[in-house]
Amino acid sequence: MPPDELPEEPGARSLLDQVADAERDLAEAAARDRPDADADAYFEAVIAADQKIEPRDAMPDAYRKTLIRQIAQHAHSEIIGMQPEGNWITRAPSLARKAILLAKVQDEAGHGLYLYAAAETLGVDRADLYAQLLSGRQKYSSIFNYPTVTWADVGAIGWLVDGAAIVNQVPLCRCSYGPYARAMIRVCKEESFHQRQGFQSLYVLARGTERQRAMAQDAVDRWWYPSLAMFGPPDSDSTHSAQSMAWKIKRYSNDELRQKFVDMTVQQAEVLGLTLPDPDLRWNAERGHYDYTQPDYDELMRVIKGDGPCNRQRMANRRDAVESGAWVAEAAAAYAAKRTAARQEAMA
Amino acid sequence: MTDSNPLWEVFVRPRRGLSHGHVGSLHAPDAEMALRNARDLYTRREEGVSIWVVPATEITASSPQEKDAFFDPAADKIYRHPTFYEMPEGAEHI
Amino acid sequence: MNEDVGYLLGLADDALIASHRLSEWSSQAHDLEEDIALSNIALDLLGQARMLLTLAGEREGAGRDEDALAYLRDEREFRNVQLVELPRGDFAVTVVRMLFFSAYQAELYLRLEAESGERPDLAAIAAKSLKEVAYHLDHATRWTVRLGDGTAESHRRAQRAVDELWPYTHELFETEGDLRGAWLARVERVLAEATLTRPADDADRFRPTGGRSGVHTEHMGYLLAEMQHLHRSHPGAVW
Repeated sequence: MPPDELPEEPGARSLLDQVADAERDLAEAAARDRPDADADAYFEAVIAADQKIEPRDAMPDAYRKTLIRQIAQHAHSEIIGMQPEGNWITRAPSLARKAILLAKVQDEAGHGLYLYAAAETLGVDRADLYAQLLSGRQKYSSIFNYPTVTWADVGAIGWLVDGAAIVNQVPLCRCSYGPYARAMIRVCKEESFHQRQGFQSLYVLARGTERQRAMAQDAVDRWWYPSLAMFGPPDSDSTHSAQSMAWKIKRYSNDELRQKFVDMTVQQAEVLGLTLPDPDLRWNAERGHYDYTQPDYDELMRVIKGDGPCNRQRMANRRDAVESGAWVAEAAAAYAAKRTAARQEAMA
Repeated sequence: MTDSNPLWEVFVRPRRGLSHGHVGSLHAPDAEMALRNARDLYTRREEGVSIWVVPATEITASSPQEKDAFFDPAADKIYRHPTFYEMPEGAEHI
Repeated sequence: MNEDVGYLLGLADDALIASHRLSEWSSQAHDLEEDIALSNIALDLLGQARMLLTLAGEREGAGRDEDALAYLRDEREFRNVQLVELPRGDFAVTVVRMLFFSAYQAELYLRLEAESGERPDLAAIAAKSLKEVAYHLDHATRWTVRLGDGTAESHRRAQRAVDELWPYTHELFETEGDLRGAWLARVERVLAEATLTRPADDADRFRPTGGRSGVHTEHMGYLLAEMQHLHRSHPGAVW
């Protein structure tokens, strides 16, 4: 499909179809003639032609730095994001749910890994990125600083948080940086299982006992606004957007994506039979979108700065895993060195 | 997660009859562990039937600066492609 | 309880409780690659537990499914060996326990697979599980060797894990005595390569027992409290 026939906005078609489109376009872009230009203009020409920048291409330093920051933040979010849901693995209420949750949290580790691998193609080391996470210089999604207080939170995270993440991530499958785009295609294909399992889990709760239904509604009440805040500050306050759009790292603005998420979620909430906690949520025929109440951006800023309910706990947990396991990595490295030495001796 | 572990590039053969393709990278202390980590990471959903791991430092890559010298000379050798040859009408199975 | 059902529950509970302890590593492993590997193994064991519990429920014929058996039995009704219920411990404890347990599972499942004439359902589960267990054993073997023959610190931790867990391995062979020879051969080979000392089998020393008849360590009650509380808080609910 030529680019002008693509849907204008994310969410207009099934998200998985969009991922498939992005994957095909990636292949098609590669098949087009290589831009013919000298080294300086090469980068701009590749971007203009909607082709992909690859690791060893010349690229502006700021482009590289922006990508490292964004990919690392994304990877950190996957890793820290394991904790709130991981909190329920040992308590899952059925063995089937336990298996699904374990597989899902494991996927998040995998997604973090794909993304760290993409960041490493830009000349940084994963160990450095961890260090920057632990020192607070690099951030992760603020959503994971809220606690999972009931089982229904696992479903709400799958439906709302993963749903918001997918809306954010599907356009990244078209990002101008090849390794990031390829990692995102892989992530998005797996992520749709996450959203569906969350939706289905809430669906069962909403049709269960009175207490289960109340648990589901309570979870949606608590996770709705933090999920809206996941798209970042409003466009008027967003510092990184314009340049990222020009570089085709980012394809839609924060507010466009947030609106898209609201529009697709309202109908899903109806199917669930749960209420989104916004009395002003209503269809605006003139705009062709739902009007909705904005999340509390001051709260978002406080949480990003480290003062959310679980920031300290999440970081302490991460730090503990690193520190208490350091001896294992040292042992493996020492063993590998001994093996190498023994092989060299045998060959000498 | 202190990893001083080396970086490995991972190549997976998705199905019999297809070539191994690059899928990504990972860190591992040695080749044996790299292979097993690759299995756990890149074939969780039956994506492969065979895996190669290669130390990232062992890969020698052409550089973008050499791109013209490397790849452009191939551009005018269109006689290497079967479509260069126009077949007379009536010639079959060729 | 019918003897066959009790036997199946022993197999199922071993896998279920071992999986529970492994799942405690989620987001806690020393690196992402190992986090993923441990979750994979936990998932395999959980899958085995579910098949075995379902089969036990069918044999029992009292209408209990996998969840009824996992969530609604009390501690005294669990038939797993104590080895699998001991606290997670450090990575050395996890690896050495996996070595001991998967070497046992490998021998046991091999035999069950061969007895397909007597118990075809169980033999089919064993055949499927064998491939998984071979991978677990391989993983545990490689890590035992790396920890044992890594640094002084890792050697000390690995040897401590071997010494602490060894007495609990006797319980594995109380009813499967014929498997111990093959198990020892596997385990001794790995310990030797790992430069670890295999503890002596002193019959007069500490030799824990009781798991197969439902007598567990004090750790088991807390594990079950955590695993079962949500399910039991909502009697009859569907999840």
